[in-house]
Amino acid sequence: MSANHDFKVVKHSNEKVDLKSLVLGKPVFTDDMAPANALVVKLLRSPHAHARIRSIDCSLAREMDDVECVLTHEDLPRIPFTRAGQGAPEPSPYDAFLLDKKVRFVGDVVAVVAARDEKAANRALKKIQVDYEVLEPLLDFRKAMEGNVVLHDEKEAENVFDPTKNIAAHYTMEIGETDRLIEESEVKVDVTYYYPKSQQVPLEPHAAFAYLDEKSRLVVVSSTQVPFHARRILSRILQLPPGKIRVIKPRIGGGFGAKQGVIIEGYVAAVTWKTGKPARLVLSREESLIGTYTRHDTDVRVRLGADKTGKLNALDMYVLSNTGAYGDHALTVAMVCGSKTLPLYNKVQAVRFSTDVVYTNLPNAGAYRGYGAPQGLLALDGALDELAQKLDMDPLYIKERNSIREKESSPIFQIMGEGREGVEQIVQSCKLDDCIAQGKELFGWQVKREQFGLAHPKDGKVRGVGCALAMQGSGIPKVDMASATIKMNDDGSFNLLVGATDLGTGSDTVLSQIAAEMLQVPLEMVHIYSSDTDTTPFDVGAYASSTTYVSGNAVWKTAKKVKEHILQAAAELFDCDVAQLHIQDQGVHNSSTGESISYAQLCTQLFYTFNQRQIAATESFVGDESPMPFMASFMEIEVDLRTGEVHPVETVSVVDCGTPINPKLALGQVEGATLQGLGTAFFEELTFDSRGKPTNASLFRYKIFDRASYGKITARLVESYEPTGPFGAKSVSEIGIDTPTVALLNALFHATGIRFRSLPVRPETILKALKGENV
Amino acid sequence: MKIRLTINGTPGEFDVEPGMILLDLLRASGFKSVKKGCDGASCGSCTVLMDGRAVLSCGILAAHANGCAIQTLEGLGSDLQLDPVQKAFLDGNAFQCGFCAPGLIMSTRELLDRYDSLSREQIRKHLSGNLCRCTGYEAQISAVEKLFEQRKGGVQDVREP
Repeated sequence: MSANHDFKVVKHSNEKVDLKSLVLGKPVFTDDMAPANALVVKLLRSPHAHARIRSIDCSLAREMDDVECVLTHEDLPRIPFTRAGQGAPEPSPYDAFLLDKKVRFVGDVVAVVAARDEKAANRALKKIQVDYEVLEPLLDFRKAMEGNVVLHDEKEAENVFDPTKNIAAHYTMEIGETDRLIEESEVKVDVTYYYPKSQQVPLEPHAAFAYLDEKSRLVVVSSTQVPFHARRILSRILQLPPGKIRVIKPRIGGGFGAKQGVIIEGYVAAVTWKTGKPARLVLSREESLIGTYTRHDTDVRVRLGADKTGKLNALDMYVLSNTGAYGDHALTVAMVCGSKTLPLYNKVQAVRFSTDVVYTNLPNAGAYRGYGAPQGLLALDGALDELAQKLDMDPLYIKERNSIREKESSPIFQIMGEGREGVEQIVQSCKLDDCIAQGKELFGWQVKREQFGLAHPKDGKVRGVGCALAMQGSGIPKVDMASATIKMNDDGSFNLLVGATDLGTGSDTVLSQIAAEMLQVPLEMVHIYSSDTDTTPFDVGAYASSTTYVSGNAVWKTAKKVKEHILQAAAELFDCDVAQLHIQDQGVHNSSTGESISYAQLCTQLFYTFNQRQIAATESFVGDESPMPFMASFMEIEVDLRTGEVHPVETVSVVDCGTPINPKLALGQVEGATLQGLGTAFFEELTFDSRGKPTNASLFRYKIFDRASYGKITARLVESYEPTGPFGAKSVSEIGIDTPTVALLNALFHATGIRFRSLPVRPETILKALKGENV
Repeated sequence: MKIRLTINGTPGEFDVEPGMILLDLLRASGFKSVKKGCDGASCGSCTVLMDGRAVLSCGILAAHANGCAIQTLEGLGSDLQLDPVQKAFLDGNAFQCGFCAPGLIMSTRELLDRYDSLSREQIRKHLSGNLCRCTGYEAQISAVEKLFEQRKGGVQDVREP
């Protein structure tokens, strides 16, 4: 199949299949569906960043009339686990308990209350008396490895790299002689960049409810990105077989990685399992900000050596990552800092990557869109920009000439996977050069480079431009598995059942489009139902930019199998050879005899009168590789020299995501991710006082961009055709968040001549730097 | 205490506690389109119309709304007939997760009722209280812009009174 294939459904911006229910405000989100009689679950959280619980007295709370259940660590089996929501065996350490006798950040859960209404639950929380032995908190991740304070001294923890030094995970690899090559290079750069602890802020806070069904099985409805992993994890901590548990994901209000964590499901499930009664829990915004996941804030040091023409010789990246109180996604996020950035610059003769991921008494870091790539790229692209600065060259030229191209490879693909070895890959689709060329033109890079900068102030303001290149992946190869089931109906429509998890991204739509294209039916003839562990086949869930590629390939294979069954049945009916038949316009046609039958007629006959059977198929897919989307981004900013304020003027991103299954939804992914990245670039960062208490845990203080102030975002797609993807598609959901942070720092340098290496950049910092103060 | 509210055209009497916010009353009464996103009047997800004006239902005591007419998204359109605002966002594929949809649609409805025409920049400012984390806003702003343009071009807003 070629890139010029004439698609009927794919590559069309069909309306999102769930959109009508959303604009009608139907009760489709988790908490909209909770049973009216569900117990209200509330969590008692630690006021201390680090403390041992000497004792908890819940007697007053338990005596209250309206309180059904109070749980502490004394009421639950002590089973170490990780909330990370990854495949098994899990790469994250088992360093958490549903409820523990030690607390490790302000907000760590101490007890669970279930009451008949919210008021009673809140009153009960106040009646629980906890005697804490307060411990010295470890808040500076740069000092974590000194081991003066130790977070994880519990004997049950598994798979922690070195608990005595607070190292959750460690990894190192080298190809060639990095040190020697850098040492011998004509130009060297050695810089460290800091990516802050930002938060995903899905607009819907985490929500879950549980009940026992008519057969006394445990049903958990949750705003989760990973229903099947959630079932497996619940099975471990509740000591129930997976078959006794059903996890359902309704529409969910955004996730961005925060809902890959299986964080609250255990609490409602435990309450329902103990009481037999339905129970619901919705986090407040404050709990959502500090009690779920954050980005791993990270120092990334990049050393590089190049010749005078700007050709790179060697790259060295060291990542010091802060996983907070627990090691969720510790190793895997840190490895992605290197594995999804360093191959972009594959022309080097040597490359080294190493990382330490450390614990601190701060909220738990975990999965967040980009998953390490934003942190790695911040320093890598920044270092290349600084190389261009040293050589007095156009940074875009330096980045472009060293970057990867179609049919090329990088040894890193094979060495570094996610928490394990990777797979060998040759890049089969890469239009990064077109992305750069189109973006450069659209943005006006050349002209703006010349006309902006400190030498050209206007009304006390200067403008500046920055660029950055990025890559991502499409699922975790040899690990992520997805499957799909399709069955035919007697009106010629099809039920598509997928374990894949649409978190608002539009994957239900995209997967339906893939099935419709293969079966040659309009989109409305595919009825998708997704993410229910009882009724849909297995899928790892929505993470690692996997759904379009991995789940999409599963749907592609399944639809192809169904098509074969349809042709076979028609061949039996027409008493002819399958080779004479083809499908078209919701029917089967015999080109030699002119005979034809509609899907509806065929299926009706198969149900009632002829060779009776149900046409259906289930197929699974595991990627042999993880094809990369590519992107070139450009940003223009305006700096007020009097106040230090910076405003984004325009951000242009041009992306190669293979065939865009639904172009409008693909662009939406790029635009949304770009804005999320801009947030971290400009102001998003969770802050804490000297005892580890959060100081901005509300949307009033933790600002995200509103629609008035981000300037303009322009996204474009450059088409390639990925031969291993469904109808040529690659992923698109994460890549957009990788570039805005470093593009801002590069643009700030262009505007002011000052290199900032820490985010977010605040006006006061810029003003001080403009006045010549050391920042 | 007892209060009287007309919700989506249907008058009713509600028993509320003094500290209860309108948002909680509406959700408890079955109007689940009204969303709680932030607990602090910062995100706009709970926007409803109160006597025709867009308000944050999390920032208003239920008791304070006594005697008012409240409109939620459930009262705007139906499967059979969408409001032009709903249609515009549908046509623009302008939501991803859609959690912010009820609030943004109600704010946009009020904007159309109040102004004859607005520029793209004015639209952005007026709707800045409705946060969305998924879309990057561009598709939503274009959808609203189109609504105003249609009006200029003489296309009638066919909203039922």
